[in-house]
Amino acid sequence: MSQHEITLTVNGRRHAARVAARLTLVDFLRDELRLTGTHAGCEHGVCGACSVLLDGRPVRSCLIFAVQAEGAAITTVEGLAPEPGALGVLQDSFCEAHGLQCGFCTPGMLIAAEALLRRTLSPSEEEIREAIGGNLCRCTGYKQIVEAIRIAAERLGGANLAPGTDHG
Amino acid sequence: MKAAEFDYARAASADEACRLLAGAGGEGRIIAGGQTLVPLMAMRLVRPALLVDINAVADLRGIEAGENHLNVQAATPQADALANLLLRRRLPLLTKALGFVGHVQTRNRGTIGGSLAHADPAAEICLAAATLEAELIARSAQGERIIAARDFFIGAMATALAEEECLVAVRFPVWPTAPRFGTGFQETSIRRSDFALAAAAAQLALDERGVCRRAALGLGGAATTPLVLEEAAGRLVGTTLAEDDVAAALALAEKDLAPIADLHASAEYRRRAAGAMLARALAEARAEALG
Amino acid sequence: MAEGGFRYIGRKRRPREDRRFVAGAGRFVADLALPGMLHVALVASPYPAARLVAIDARAALALPGVRAVLTGAELAQATEALASGLDIPQVRRFPLAVGRARYVGEWVAAVVAETRAIAEDAAELVDVAYEPLPFVIDPEAAIEPGAPPVHPEHGSNLLYRRTFTWGPVAEDFAAAEHTLSFRARWHRSATVPIETFGVVARWDEAARLLDVWASIQMPKYPDQLARALRLPGNAVRVHFDVDVGGSYGVKRGIKHSVLAGYLARKLGAPVRLIEDRLENMRGGDAHGPDRLFDVACAFTSDGIVRSLRLRALDDAGAYAGRAPLQLGKPVGAIVGPYRIGSVEYEAISVTTNKTVQEAVRGFGQSPTNFALETMMDRVARQLGIDRVELRRRNLIRHEQFPYTIPSGSTYDSGDYHAVLAKALDAAGHADLLARRDAARAAGKLAGIGVACCLEPSGGNSAFEPLFNPKNETTTWMESCTVKVDLSGAITAAMGTSSSGQGHETLVATIIGEVLERDPETIRVVHSDSLTAMPSNSPVGSRMAIMLGGAAAGAARTLKAALLAVAAHDLGVTEAELEYRDGGVRLRRDPASGRSWDALVEIAHRKFHKLPPGMAPGLQAMHVWEVPTGGALPTADGRVQMYPCYAFETHVVYAELDRATGQVTLGPYVIGHDCGTMINPDIVHGMTYGGAAHGIGAALYERFRYDENGQLLSGSFMDYLIPSAHEVPDIAIVDHCTPSPLTAFGQKGSGEAGYLGAPAAVASAVNDALAPLGLAVAELPMTATVLGELLASAER
Repeated sequence: MSQHEITLTVNGRRHAARVAARLTLVDFLRDELRLTGTHAGCEHGVCGACSVLLDGRPVRSCLIFAVQAEGAAITTVEGLAPEPGALGVLQDSFCEAHGLQCGFCTPGMLIAAEALLRRTLSPSEEEIREAIGGNLCRCTGYKQIVEAIRIAAERLGGANLAPGTDHG
Repeated sequence: MKAAEFDYARAASADEACRLLAGAGGEGRIIAGGQTLVPLMAMRLVRPALLVDINAVADLRGIEAGENHLNVQAATPQADALANLLLRRRLPLLTKALGFVGHVQTRNRGTIGGSLAHADPAAEICLAAATLEAELIARSAQGERIIAARDFFIGAMATALAEEECLVAVRFPVWPTAPRFGTGFQETSIRRSDFALAAAAAQLALDERGVCRRAALGLGGAATTPLVLEEAAGRLVGTTLAEDDVAAALALAEKDLAPIADLHASAEYRRRAAGAMLARALAEARAEALG
Repeated sequence: MAEGGFRYIGRKRRPREDRRFVAGAGRFVADLALPGMLHVALVASPYPAARLVAIDARAALALPGVRAVLTGAELAQATEALASGLDIPQVRRFPLAVGRARYVGEWVAAVVAETRAIAEDAAELVDVAYEPLPFVIDPEAAIEPGAPPVHPEHGSNLLYRRTFTWGPVAEDFAAAEHTLSFRARWHRSATVPIETFGVVARWDEAARLLDVWASIQMPKYPDQLARALRLPGNAVRVHFDVDVGGSYGVKRGIKHSVLAGYLARKLGAPVRLIEDRLENMRGGDAHGPDRLFDVACAFTSDGIVRSLRLRALDDAGAYAGRAPLQLGKPVGAIVGPYRIGSVEYEAISVTTNKTVQEAVRGFGQSPTNFALETMMDRVARQLGIDRVELRRRNLIRHEQFPYTIPSGSTYDSGDYHAVLAKALDAAGHADLLARRDAARAAGKLAGIGVACCLEPSGGNSAFEPLFNPKNETTTWMESCTVKVDLSGAITAAMGTSSSGQGHETLVATIIGEVLERDPETIRVVHSDSLTAMPSNSPVGSRMAIMLGGAAAGAARTLKAALLAVAAHDLGVTEAELEYRDGGVRLRRDPASGRSWDALVEIAHRKFHKLPPGMAPGLQAMHVWEVPTGGALPTADGRVQMYPCYAFETHVVYAELDRATGQVTLGPYVIGHDCGTMINPDIVHGMTYGGAAHGIGAALYERFRYDENGQLLSGSFMDYLIPSAHEVPDIAIVDHCTPSPLTAFGQKGSGEAGYLGAPAAVASAVNDALAPLGLAVAELPMTATVLGELLASAER
């Protein structure tokens, strides 16, 4: 079993760690860094619950070995808030529209939506559905998630803010 | 669902990747995006002794224009290719195909070469490569060789790549500018982002008078490898793509189909769906060409 | 004040749970990391039936990091068999197979190691010698003479069979102007939450106490766990403050929990068993109903359905927990929303060599609704009557409530015609018909689906004594404790975990409503099983009714206490006082009275000012029995099943691709009446989600087995859960017919959407197929099933 030294940035903080080759990024985030907001739903790349931003792009953290994230900048759900205890506009919009129920798929949905809103603040419904099309939710039927993202886009577009901005 | 143990090496160059692979005695695997490989490893259906990671090899990413082709480096993420303007302009069929590949997150990580090397008979990139008669460039410690797409796909999930070979690039021919040009890509899958039950690709070049001068047709999910329908395409050349011509071409295509059955669809279903997809792809390409 | 004169109830208010989840700060079982925690991986049977000849764990145990390998033989010695809902003592079920494996994926041995990865490495090294045995996969074949017995000791593969006759069925059929009959098939699917089941157990030898954290939604879980582990109930402490990542019925990992509990005690270390997705789908024992219906009905030329014969044959899988009772719950709504006068219902539960079935959203009602609605469509088609009109003629009328159906349940309230009208109106039914006809004229296959379905709610367990006379359970109470502390802050405690239903919001809203205090200031906690008052968990769409009722009851007790304290302190009678905004004032002089803070101060500090006989402090506990509950079934099987009946009408437009069988849905409208909604966003959310789940059951999801007994759809690559692309934008129109039985007129809604969507989608597909003379009564109607049907029609 090969062990590897890695350094990577997670939510703006640099981490150095020694990891086994077979440790996935999601397990590294959850078990080593104790960032348990990222969830493992299927571990074979279908459900999207483990989504994180890797160098700004949404990816499945169950399909990347931690060792492959050497030098990468990762953003997890814990990194979406502007400061500890606060919520970003996107997160707040999910609360406003009740864009979740059990909360298990929610971090992945937020990551997928964050990536969309970094690209456009006037997404069509089709674009929103495309952005979350790789994230399965069993509670909501997606309706209030789509609504939450639309609300966030409107708020951010109106204020010309970045998605992570504090809602105040 | 944790992968069995393996060793990992990050290659700094394509040559190093080849060396590492050669040293693994057949137990090595290249990992690029990992979107197909990692699930198989997690389920322990695949258990390489060594993973050779080519993500850090800068030369293996990117798209460049050649004289009559576009060269797509193997580790180019599908998302990059989908967003690439050069590719969109000169290889619109591939761009269309990429729109059907997985979804945002898998395209961000999954690569052009990775999809080709896995050779799923229903994979869109494989279908586009076969239809366009792409050339695949494989490198090993012994050097490079060029494999025509028709020779590359040898069966379901099977390619002509040798164990110690690394796919480094794909050369997609770009057709000479034609007065009228159109492409079509159609597929049906159970859910939007699932592998195609059947997929079809069509590319047509017409002269000023609307006569078809060149045609390429392909089908995915209709056999164990992507099918290139030369006879059917040939039937279109020289015609004005009238209804009868299209029907005749589709009839010719039908006899090439040899779909396989699986959990999701019977061979008969795939045969019928493939025919329908081909008709639609052809109609799309024709409409585009006739503008 | 909002509609209905409520201050907080029914208003748009943010569910309080959402904040922690969007912050990534939920507390799911897999987030727990206890020092020294060990990890379990399972060895699963590759055979549908096999004798376990020998298990050699030496190689596994030799692997560094491996702590134990447990077999079924050892576990069965040390634990009691898991509880069954039926009286079938010879169908014994343990967490690990004992002597014989009965389905592919059944857990044969458990490996415990320092990491999950090592446990998986070791699981591969456990050498199990199997002797394959004959097996049976098809439920009808299973009850043929000579079928391979799944449980030879039991004597047959029949777990339960009873024919109920309510009313003059034979006479009604004999006198009928018309009859029809057909077979409908609901294939095996389930709720498949995105979080798998997980449990962490820790044994404290000094305290002789087993602490359990689990992703659980299960009635009587602590009790069953303790019994199986041969521990007194107070030696098991289940922590209900674990967030459950979705359940919709299936999160009932009793076998996982017994296994983890036993291992924790045996090994003296915390043990964690988090199913991976493969374990979850094959061996997690969480498949859903797998049902064959034979339906016959007798009706008049006007389309009035007089009598119904329904035979339901259900494949429970290899063991029988509570799942066979899913044939019992539909007894309480066996005629749906219709005035059908007599019913014969034959319920048959069969065991086969498939994964074990568990409770799924609606507990058998959704498949039954699908069968009933398919019947209504066919009656309409046979008579050439419009399907909507046919339903109008048969629906129970508003003025007929309370309405007692032949099987003995009384529907509390409803206005089905109004809801149907609203749904049709919102869907633009006339325009939809025009759109469908235009599409047909253009050569397309287009259809409109209509379904009118009930959601029995308020989860009682009357099906337990109905299906097992030895079980005399007649109460399924729910409790809530509310206290006001010295600072004046309110804290409420509930005794069960939540899996997305927003119970904390529910309780806070209701207590705020009664005590006229801002719900935002009310904390709601989940007690553990030792401190909790009795609960029967959030099953059967019961919490708005039952937990809501308990919370209201406790809050009302507190309100009465506040009034009593104020009256005593002011030296007036309570009749002279009124409660307002948390304080008490004199009716004749509203400026005088006692504030909330003053009353709290008296209750907590000033015993001398308390009315004689009143206990100090401010706290109340309320245990609520299910309204209309409390009675055993009659000898002929009539019973009041659940108290409240919510109603939904679905209207959906569908187009089918002739070549591929692909179904495109939308517009999609649901008219919904669940009485008073406590929090509309929560109700709507569950309804959208239920409909999405129903669309999955109708078009995509199926646990499919091959002829070798192998499960073919055991991962998310082949068990197809609909994504945001497949679920259309659904619109809900609300209607409110309050229940006369509940605190605020509320009914349940946790199963809404799912109870009508499969029927509605099937109706739309069949309408689209009708011009071709085709009909299909089998779910899921996957693209390939429909594509092949269309192909066969062409040939």
